[in-house]
Amino acid sequence: MTITSPSSASSPTDVDGPYLQVEDLTVTFPTQDGPVQAVKGLSYSVELGKTLGIVGESGSGKSVSSMAVMGLHDAKSSEISGSIRLGGTEIVGLSESRMRKLRGNAMAMIFQDALAALHPFYRVGDQLAEAYAMHHPKASKRDGRRKAIEMLDRVGIPQPDRRVDDFAHQFSGGMRQRVMIAMGLINDPSLLIADEPTTALDVTVQAQILDLLQDLQREFNSAVIIITHDLGVIAEMADDVLVMYAGRCVEFGTTKEILTRPEMPYSWGLLSSIPEVGASTDARLIPIPGNPPSLLRPPSGCSFHPRCSHRDKVPGDLCFTELPELTPASNRAGHLKRCHLPNPEEIYLTEVLPEIAPDLAEETR
Amino acid sequence: MSQDPNAKVGIDASEIGANAAETGERDLSHHAPDVVDDHEVVKAPLDFHELAELGHAATALNPLAEPIISVDNLKMYFPVKSSGLIRRTVGHVQAVDGVSFEVPRGGSLGLVGESGCGKSTTGRLITRLYKPTGGSMMFEGKDLAKLSNSEMRPLRRDVQMIFQDPYTSLNPRHTVGTIVGSPLAVHKIVPKDKILPRVQELLEVVGLNPEHYNRYPNEFSGGQRQRIGIARALTLNPKLLVADEPVSALDVSIQAQVVNLLQDLQREFDIAFLFIAHDLAVVRHFCPEVAVMYLGKIVEIGDRDTIYGHAHHPYTQALLSAVPDVKQAAIGGRRERIRLEGDVPSPINPPSGCRFRTRCQFAQEICAKVEPPLLQIGQRHKVACHFAGELGAHPATPVTTDLLGVDDQGTPVPGATPTNKQLTIPGYEDTWYDLKSKHTTGV
Amino acid sequence: MFAYVVKRLLSGVVVLFLISMSVFLLFWYGPSEPAQTICDRDTSNRCTPARLEVFRENLGFNNPWYEEYGTFMKGVVAGREIQFGSTKVFECPAPCLGYSYRTKAPVFEEMKDRMPATFSVAIGGAFLYLTLGIPIGVAAARRRGTVTDKALVSSFLVISSIPYYLFALLTWLFLTISWEIPLFSETGYFPITENPAKWFSGMALAWFALGAFGCTTYTRYSRGSMVEVLNEDYIRTAKAKGLRDNTVVYKHALRSALVPVITIFGIEFGTLLAGTIFTERIFNIDGIGLWALQAVNQRDLPVVAATALFGAAVLIISNIVVDVIYSVLDPRVRLS
Repeated sequence: MTITSPSSASSPTDVDGPYLQVEDLTVTFPTQDGPVQAVKGLSYSVELGKTLGIVGESGSGKSVSSMAVMGLHDAKSSEISGSIRLGGTEIVGLSESRMRKLRGNAMAMIFQDALAALHPFYRVGDQLAEAYAMHHPKASKRDGRRKAIEMLDRVGIPQPDRRVDDFAHQFSGGMRQRVMIAMGLINDPSLLIADEPTTALDVTVQAQILDLLQDLQREFNSAVIIITHDLGVIAEMADDVLVMYAGRCVEFGTTKEILTRPEMPYSWGLLSSIPEVGASTDARLIPIPGNPPSLLRPPSGCSFHPRCSHRDKVPGDLCFTELPELTPASNRAGHLKRCHLPNPEEIYLTEVLPEIAPDLAEETR
Repeated sequence: MSQDPNAKVGIDASEIGANAAETGERDLSHHAPDVVDDHEVVKAPLDFHELAELGHAATALNPLAEPIISVDNLKMYFPVKSSGLIRRTVGHVQAVDGVSFEVPRGGSLGLVGESGCGKSTTGRLITRLYKPTGGSMMFEGKDLAKLSNSEMRPLRRDVQMIFQDPYTSLNPRHTVGTIVGSPLAVHKIVPKDKILPRVQELLEVVGLNPEHYNRYPNEFSGGQRQRIGIARALTLNPKLLVADEPVSALDVSIQAQVVNLLQDLQREFDIAFLFIAHDLAVVRHFCPEVAVMYLGKIVEIGDRDTIYGHAHHPYTQALLSAVPDVKQAAIGGRRERIRLEGDVPSPINPPSGCRFRTRCQFAQEICAKVEPPLLQIGQRHKVACHFAGELGAHPATPVTTDLLGVDDQGTPVPGATPTNKQLTIPGYEDTWYDLKSKHTTGV
Repeated sequence: MFAYVVKRLLSGVVVLFLISMSVFLLFWYGPSEPAQTICDRDTSNRCTPARLEVFRENLGFNNPWYEEYGTFMKGVVAGREIQFGSTKVFECPAPCLGYSYRTKAPVFEEMKDRMPATFSVAIGGAFLYLTLGIPIGVAAARRRGTVTDKALVSSFLVISSIPYYLFALLTWLFLTISWEIPLFSETGYFPITENPAKWFSGMALAWFALGAFGCTTYTRYSRGSMVEVLNEDYIRTAKAKGLRDNTVVYKHALRSALVPVITIFGIEFGTLLAGTIFTERIFNIDGIGLWALQAVNQRDLPVVAATALFGAAVLIISNIVVDVIYSVLDPRVRLS
């Protein structure tokens, strides 16, 4: 077995096309009640310097798919099929030892709840230095500590040379998330996955963290995947958006496309169920009825049909019987949707928009 | 961390042979895979227009509503104990330090601010989970702040609370019927055989299947559990509900369901809400009036259009600018963001004068010397800032000097008489201080 | 930390004070007649009512209990003189816990003699079950859900549901009597200072019984704790850093998983130190446990009181030690 040295694994120079390419990814967990397909046939790609936003509710598979990219699923309790290519290397089926060389090095992940995600018993500096030392075997202890201080400084933690010896619980929520980011970036990864990085934070702190992530992305030119349920975060951060529902991609496109001309009723539902600080006060809040589906017994046909309030516009019982393909949306390249509706653009502009954004609907006409 | 040896043994025994939950998927472990939709009454998806009709626009303000609760100069100081053999009180966390506001009958007041600003403590004070250190809370002619716990008891029926986390606020060993019905049993309001019909009625009101009163909370999803929590709060026909982050733990699509439900309930039962949330957009939708808190004080309070459209306090402006705006970003633009540096200072030792001055870009000498009064500057608008002004139009000299009898640096002017008299009035006056003319004007 | 330990020790003294008082009350209001016992034994022929009354008087049972309690406490602090029968007077230096009714020896001296035996049993047994139980538990947690794990956990559950005295008796019957394994041939306590090898072989069977039985429990404790910790977010973070599995398990997970195990161990080790009645009885080790058992049988109340106090003191100290270990393991715990 040849083991590529850490530096060559993280070097993005020998890559053509997107840095991360996921094709037909399926993640299955066998349970006592039968197999649960948490992710089904998911394909996407992210280029260096670009940000992909993945939106969806809990159980939509957004976190599971990213954990699969990181190789964090226990091989004994999960089955992963399809292809994940990172910088040209196929990582599905890669040996654990080679996977480990990539993890935290060529790709890194930052998690939602930094208090739970940092070890409570070890000083943050030691946790950072450990991540550095793992992929720099020749580095001395002092190098690790210096690097840890440097990273804490880089993510905007005041007095990093003192805070390096603090424990996670001694930091405020925002500072803790900065520590998490410092740890993710310590080995200069080319792919950074941020799983709900700002969910538990105040808006002001969220803004600081999002700004920091954007600055760092520009500096490190990394590919970023940001997983969130917050369309506001998507709007600020992402170049492209992937909307997931019940383990599948239901819509994909540039952020502007998805937020202004979505063509899938679930995306409409997401947009109509969040109030906006800048919207008209006449705008209605229209929830998506019902609850996310059970992954053990997914609905037949389109998995969204039990909650869809537009399925009466689809001829016959297509929605109940047939899973719609991921097809190009009306006339726009790169925009994909999974829906049987024949004229989604028209429905959105004439029916949905006037209810959720009366002011915007006026402008569009 | 469990440190109870018995608990450990219990976990062990149940684990033998059963590892069903170990799918590696955290989301799944929260939402048991067998949670099905049949708990809810609403079935077959409506046609979009019917659905849209059920959705609500933002709640409108009723300017004539009388206040149901009038909070005046409310204070809550938590003692800080020293370590060592003898535990002395070495200081106080000034969690809430002199807040005054009114919640109109059947209306809602939003309370926003960063974590640690005292908004949740304020909610807990109103439900009397804590006894306030000072101030008054007039509710139906009684001062809740002064009542003893036993005198408070009958009033607890009228003031109820909805909690944030639907996973931990319901006792997992009680059925939904017990949870929702226990307030009736505790307050001995209806005979025992009438409890169940009332519980079923309440479940129906919050959109759950009334036949499922004998199920346990873990059989319900997060949104459904929050409905159970709401039903429990409604059991005693409260007049005032304190909702502490009622939707922030829920999925986006479910948040809208719950907000709509709360709006329905408010209309149907004429319930007043003190709505505490950090999500400014949800507060804007639900509350025609909003108070912004910072470090235990209200820095700005006013109606929705004023706060969201014409905020005068630099902190409110910073908060608003930090909210990501989907529609704005979708069009391609992005608002200029006001960066607040650092963290909120410690409430044990808050900054002198204006508490926001350490993070404020407009702060001058006066801000450290004199605390700005919460000054009424519009019909329904109060702000506590020496340099109050709309974004981009903050005055160069303090606007409060005449009122406080100080010069521009905050030094008292000899012989000047402070004319400020509006410090602790919970509601609004008919006359206010006009910032442009620097004179008191009225309607 | 120092202030905390002092505070805990002070409250421990209060607890000991209360325990000593309640034990003392049993002398007075308990169902047995201590004077009768000592009278029966002291008199070679017959315990006449007159003699009984002499003993009652000498032992102070005719005085109010609080007076005698005061005398007892004074003895603990400063020593005192004790009178048996009409003539015999014994000097009892501080800390005086009284004289044994049975042996007429100072209780404190007897206790000191027996401590090495009990401590040998407890330390050896605990060492064995920790060094066996925790690694097996960790290994099972890493293979959680597999056949190996389930087989291990269920068989250990079966063993730990056997009453301990039966388990200990069976080990002795099989290992010493039936199979005649030389190491286990002669059980009992022989001072380590005189003959370490003999000490070892005398203790070996007791250690084995305690270790094997205790290890089943500790395997389950540490497995349960470990399974919980392995699901923590920070373990996922550690894996995401690219750390080796062993680093994740032994550096990141084990330290957290040990915290609840140590709580249980602290309490259990305290009771072990206070005397292991079954172990000492079955393997014929003359330690505190056996001593206490004999004292109870013979209504030797000073010894009963002393063993109860000793047990309480050991438990209090081991709880303080556990709390200090906590604060070392978990920086979030601030002792105050």
